[in-house]
Amino acid sequence: MLRFDNVSTCYGKIQALHGVSLEVREGEIVTLIGANGAGKSTLLMTLCGTPRASAGSIRYRGEELVGQDTGAIMRKGIAVVPEGRRIFARLTVEENLAMGGFFAGRGEVEERLERVLELFPRLRERYAQRGGTLSGGEQQMLAIGRALMSRPRLLLLDEPSLGLAPLIIQRIFAIIEQLREKGVTVFLVEQNANQALKLADRGYVLENGRIVMQGTGEELLGDARVCEAYLGG
Amino acid sequence: MPDLYHYLQQLVNGLTVGSTYALIAIGYTMVYGIIGMINFAHGEVYMIASYVAFIVIAGLSMLGLDQLPLLMAGAFAASIVVASAYGYSIERIAYRPLRGGNRLIPLISAIGMSIFLQNEVLLSQGSRDKAIPSLLPGNLVIGESAMHGVVISWIQMLIFAVTLLVMLGLHLFISRSRLGRACRACAEDLKMAGLLGIDTHRIIALTFVIGAALAAVAAVLLGLQYGVINPQQGFLAGIKAFTAAVLGGIGSIPGAMLGGLLLGVAEAFGADLFGDPYKDVVAFGLLILVLLFRPTGILGRPEVEKV
Repeated sequence: MLRFDNVSTCYGKIQALHGVSLEVREGEIVTLIGANGAGKSTLLMTLCGTPRASAGSIRYRGEELVGQDTGAIMRKGIAVVPEGRRIFARLTVEENLAMGGFFAGRGEVEERLERVLELFPRLRERYAQRGGTLSGGEQQMLAIGRALMSRPRLLLLDEPSLGLAPLIIQRIFAIIEQLREKGVTVFLVEQNANQALKLADRGYVLENGRIVMQGTGEELLGDARVCEAYLGG
Repeated sequence: MPDLYHYLQQLVNGLTVGSTYALIAIGYTMVYGIIGMINFAHGEVYMIASYVAFIVIAGLSMLGLDQLPLLMAGAFAASIVVASAYGYSIERIAYRPLRGGNRLIPLISAIGMSIFLQNEVLLSQGSRDKAIPSLLPGNLVIGESAMHGVVISWIQMLIFAVTLLVMLGLHLFISRSRLGRACRACAEDLKMAGLLGIDTHRIIALTFVIGAALAAVAAVLLGLQYGVINPQQGFLAGIKAFTAAVLGGIGSIPGAMLGGLLLGVAEAFGADLFGDPYKDVVAFGLLILVLLFRPTGILGRPEVEKV
């Protein structure tokens, strides 16, 4: 479904990704783990076209994405929950969700809203509130809900567990699993390697902008090097 | 000794001019709100719109089509269309290719655009003042007599009514419509809007078009009020409207409305108190005071640090 071939990305003179290749197949949950500054978010954003890849190819359902505008890429059935959530703080919960479903028809938006609110009943209670007044966990739910409003085939998540209480993390991971059952393919970037690998079908380990290891979730969880570096021994 | 009527008269005059400042200020504030740039060519769009109004009114009159509603409708429609086209083209030609680079670069481009547009009109229309006939003579007197009462001209009434209508329309568009919501989302986080699949270039172009159209409305109204136009008028009107936008809090639409009205009233009372030549001193003095004590403007919010 998604294929990176030798993708490199630069910020000015600094090269953040060095020839990364990876693959996400339809219906999978694939996770990308790595330390702070390894280039995880850069990889995800390169897929979204901001920044643009300086070399290599990113193919989504057979179509080349490198060189396309962010807006165009994100209208192909890809949705992202970005680093830091980036909800619209001055827009209400309803408006945030409606922004996610910007390209759906009027009746369709209502139906999608209903689905998202079923998934996150908490958002229904906060419906008319401004996004900025929500707690961290609620904001994360809103960010995921907003992404789902576009009915994505491929959902990209950048550290959805960051800064959240363990109970909420569990809830969010349970929802990711639920989404997979509904046929959404998930690409999950995480620092919380333990939980991400337990959830994922396959995983990649990114270090200094290079993929240094790959395997199924179980294989990586059992790997001594992964254990030492990312699971605290 | 001036009486209450005198001050009320100044208030009416100030609010009239102020509403047109507010109309022009919206263009500065909306563009700034989304791309953080001051569109210095905005005043020239205003100036061009008043020439379009002049040409339409003169043209229609020459053809003998001089019924008042037709002249008005023609002047508004033509200047809105032409100004919008200018607003769109300016963004497309002078700013979009420079996006993503240093913030100062489009600013220089804006100044260049402003000089270009001013000279375009100077060459094609000449440097002399042009007179717009007063289409709505007459006025309304409140009080005992014109000497002892408040005089509101029909043009002033028109300015109030049209500005109110336009502001209401803009408010509804921004707060209720799908595109208005997208404008707000872009103003808050342009990158995130792009990540939701929104064509941010189009939303930016839309704000330029809206700003230009509102400036055109102001141009027709002020043209009718003052009766003269010239190629240099865009500069002062632009600076005044920019001041109004900063006064109210740049980036905030209600701020631009409030700032415009406040600036107009301050000018009117300044001219009354210190004499007409001092009204600009009062206007810009007010700006300096606001910048000293409340740099974000009256309704502006301080930059929120993003987590």
